[in-house]
Amino acid sequence: MTGLLTILILLGITIAIWQMVKTFDLAQVNKDVSQVANDGDNKVQGYLMLAFLGFIYGITIVSFALWGDLPLTSNSASEHGPEIDRLMIISMVVIFIVQTITQFLLHYFAFKYRGEKGRKALFYADNDKLEFIWTVIPVIVLAGLIMYGLFTWTDIMTIDEDEDPIVIELYAQQFNWKARYAGQDNVLGKANVRLINLDNANILGLDEADPNAQDDIITTELHLPVGIPVLFKMRSQDVLHSAYMPHFRAQMNCVPGMITQFAFTPTVTTEEMRLNPDIYEKVKNINKIRVNKSKKLQSKGEEPLDSYEFDYLLLCNKICGKSHYNMQMKIIVESEEDYKAWLQEQKLFKNSLVQN
Amino acid sequence: MSAQVDTHAHEDDHGHHPKETFITKYIFCQDHKMIAKQYLITGIIMGVVGILMSLLMRMQIAWPTQPNVIFEALLGKWAPGGVMDADIYLALVTIHGTIMVFFVLTAGLSGTFSNLLIPLQIGARDMASGFLNMVSYWLFFLSSVIMIISLFVEAGPAAAGWTIYPPLSALPLAQGGSGAGMTLWLVSMAIFIASSLLGSLNYIVTVLNLRTKGMSMTRLPLTIWAFFITAVIGVVSFPVLLSAALLLIMDRSFGTSFFLSDIFIQGEVLHYQGGSPVLFEHLFWFLGHPEVYIVLLPALGITSEVIATNSRKPIFGYRAMVASILAIAFLSTIVWGHHMFISGMNPFLGSVFTFTTLLIAIPSAVKAFNYITTLWKGNLQLNPAMLFSIGLVSTFITGGLTGIILGDSALDINVHDTYFVVAHFHLVMGISALYGLFAGVYHWFPKMFGRMLNKNLGYIHFWVTAICAYGVFFPMHFIGMAGLPRRYYTNSNFPLFDDTSNVQILITVFALVGGVFQLVFLWNFFHSIFYGKKAEQNPWRSNTLEWTTPVEHMHGNWPGAIPHVHRWAYDYSKPGHDEDFVQQHVPLKEGEEELQH
Repeated sequence: MTGLLTILILLGITIAIWQMVKTFDLAQVNKDVSQVANDGDNKVQGYLMLAFLGFIYGITIVSFALWGDLPLTSNSASEHGPEIDRLMIISMVVIFIVQTITQFLLHYFAFKYRGEKGRKALFYADNDKLEFIWTVIPVIVLAGLIMYGLFTWTDIMTIDEDEDPIVIELYAQQFNWKARYAGQDNVLGKANVRLINLDNANILGLDEADPNAQDDIITTELHLPVGIPVLFKMRSQDVLHSAYMPHFRAQMNCVPGMITQFAFTPTVTTEEMRLNPDIYEKVKNINKIRVNKSKKLQSKGEEPLDSYEFDYLLLCNKICGKSHYNMQMKIIVESEEDYKAWLQEQKLFKNSLVQN
Repeated sequence: MSAQVDTHAHEDDHGHHPKETFITKYIFCQDHKMIAKQYLITGIIMGVVGILMSLLMRMQIAWPTQPNVIFEALLGKWAPGGVMDADIYLALVTIHGTIMVFFVLTAGLSGTFSNLLIPLQIGARDMASGFLNMVSYWLFFLSSVIMIISLFVEAGPAAAGWTIYPPLSALPLAQGGSGAGMTLWLVSMAIFIASSLLGSLNYIVTVLNLRTKGMSMTRLPLTIWAFFITAVIGVVSFPVLLSAALLLIMDRSFGTSFFLSDIFIQGEVLHYQGGSPVLFEHLFWFLGHPEVYIVLLPALGITSEVIATNSRKPIFGYRAMVASILAIAFLSTIVWGHHMFISGMNPFLGSVFTFTTLLIAIPSAVKAFNYITTLWKGNLQLNPAMLFSIGLVSTFITGGLTGIILGDSALDINVHDTYFVVAHFHLVMGISALYGLFAGVYHWFPKMFGRMLNKNLGYIHFWVTAICAYGVFFPMHFIGMAGLPRRYYTNSNFPLFDDTSNVQILITVFALVGGVFQLVFLWNFFHSIFYGKKAEQNPWRSNTLEWTTPVEHMHGNWPGAIPHVHRWAYDYSKPGHDEDFVQQHVPLKEGEEELQH
């Protein structure tokens, strides 16, 4: 149905263009046919430039009104999150100001100085002072942003080993994620894809002889204790993947043949986040959309959609093949007690192996 | 009548050409003007393919996994029952990117206008080597054909993204498209690079050696400066991509491990050991980022010329404009790491690349301010070319500003590979460069084909395109700010993003309308080649030398001696002259001073 509609619309537009072309051609027979803009054109196009400025401002206002909640700038769930959000908002304000002013000047000048026969433009080729000013202003603004950005970046990327972070491996493969907890010793056992043995269920290629590997725990859900630093070690067994955890303002690629890392401290539990008024509203809105979609699906005799409940997510954010669009893992942030209780229930690596 | 009179013209005797056959005139032609037309028309055809692909993608994203007769008709077995397959979606992403970046905005833009304008604007009878120029075009043609052929491979065309990061691109086991499709992609690109290098070397040699008397480097029009520096960037960076492609071919077919290590896929361990995909990323982006400026600088050069001519004013700050082209060219080769902040490279490098990346905003800002000042107190002739140039400055600002966010490593963690990036680069290099291409076509169509384009159709084309471009890419920033990753075949597996689905539909509607209205341009273009109004010699009353040549094309460009140059290209509305333009070959009047620039 949609396809047919699309074709009909395309057909309609094509006919409209064809008609317009014919109209213009007919209208031009007796008029100025030089195809160079004359005073009339300049006037019309000048006013259109002004209208276009209105359009740019309009689409900005509408966009902010409809979609201005910008999830990536508020309600972060990690310790470094608010720092990034602040820098993001400052950058956006700078951009907004510059955009508003320069677009005004550009389009207003295009309107104001539209050509008229007999007028002569000002011969104005150079002004060192002016150029100096608008070189120096960006230099100062950018210097500020660069300094701020570099401090934030260094702060995030420097991993403080003294804080005793919990070490967790994020393991990527086409097209799912696994997590490996380091266990009691907090040291991950040695691993390499060459050691993978599907027959005895050593799916991540751990060194079965390594004492550090014995108490490792492999899971398909990522549980994190709130308020405690976590150090992620990323590994991939096949192609590039990227571990993207937008709520925690965290992302790092997983590269076959090397181990990459990223560390952060979660600050808000999943339960708390679900009760956050902004998130609560967002979920309500999403469920409204899903109910509407479900109605359409049911009328076609298909399964309705599940209702949505907020969860933190780990997404793959580097093109990795056919099912890239569905490579995800649930993240649950909980109190330390709950986390420990959950971890207790999981099988240790040495117990997970299948003996033949 | 030519070479002997003009002391510094090159040796070829253009005056006595034997009878031309159809083949030497239209196919294996060594005349730069015909080669420019060949580049343009090939570029337009590739552009139609590339844009059509983007529309298919947009329809899939807006109405995911719904049967669509258009898919069924165009994609055949890749859309069983009209439902697009996930593999072909990624292939569309890949080939759309490749075609638009390389075949349309590099060869179609730079190839067309460098070829057309370099000899004409510097006062040369042709390129330094007409033969290499011809070879360059035919290599480009061959690579285009191979790229198109790759669409019809059994296991599917290349689908690893236009950045073809290994291991995905290296292993047929990882993805159907990484088999014969990727082989053809690599072969096509290797030939493309050879073509681009031959072209660039020719441009550089021609600009340095064949300028007419009086045409000092400081009198060059900004178009030539832009083409010249673009060619230099191309010669510096394209060979690096060629080497990356060759090493990838070795990894794929000859068992080496440059980019691969420790891989377990589909139940088996592969032999690769010791290589690194990050190395490939470095090599790729060492071209990939300069490529952005290879695409953009010619568009900015064209804009400088079009804005000055149509403002009837000198371009403001000629020296600053040249300096910023040089600064951008230099900086463009040391910013590639900003594509790799979260690739796993040392975070300290991230700091360095943040610094160099944000520096590039300074010359870019200077250029934008200078364009705006050029409009100030002008007498603007709002021809379609002028509208596209103003539109370019507008999208260049809108798209460029968000670079402040993406170039900042701390912020990039968050928005890397989301729709925010898609919005950013489409505006700043895609749409801007496309506007540059359109501005160039509208402005130099009379020079190319001796006829005028219909201006009213040009106006319709511009305004619909301008509104749709903002309609597509402005809201896209907002879904990026919701954290939505790009290159997802459908977002319906993430209820988290359900509230962006309406925006996706809106964007697709704008894209479809914008795409369809390009037909106006196509009609205007091909119709006017044959039936357009006959052009005058200098329809825009411009200063540069190309408008001193006769309307009908001839070998050697000028029937008599090559004109000598006595002034810079921007004496518009100069006090003391009756006309509002003074062409470059007009000698200074007594007592008239040339500007110190």
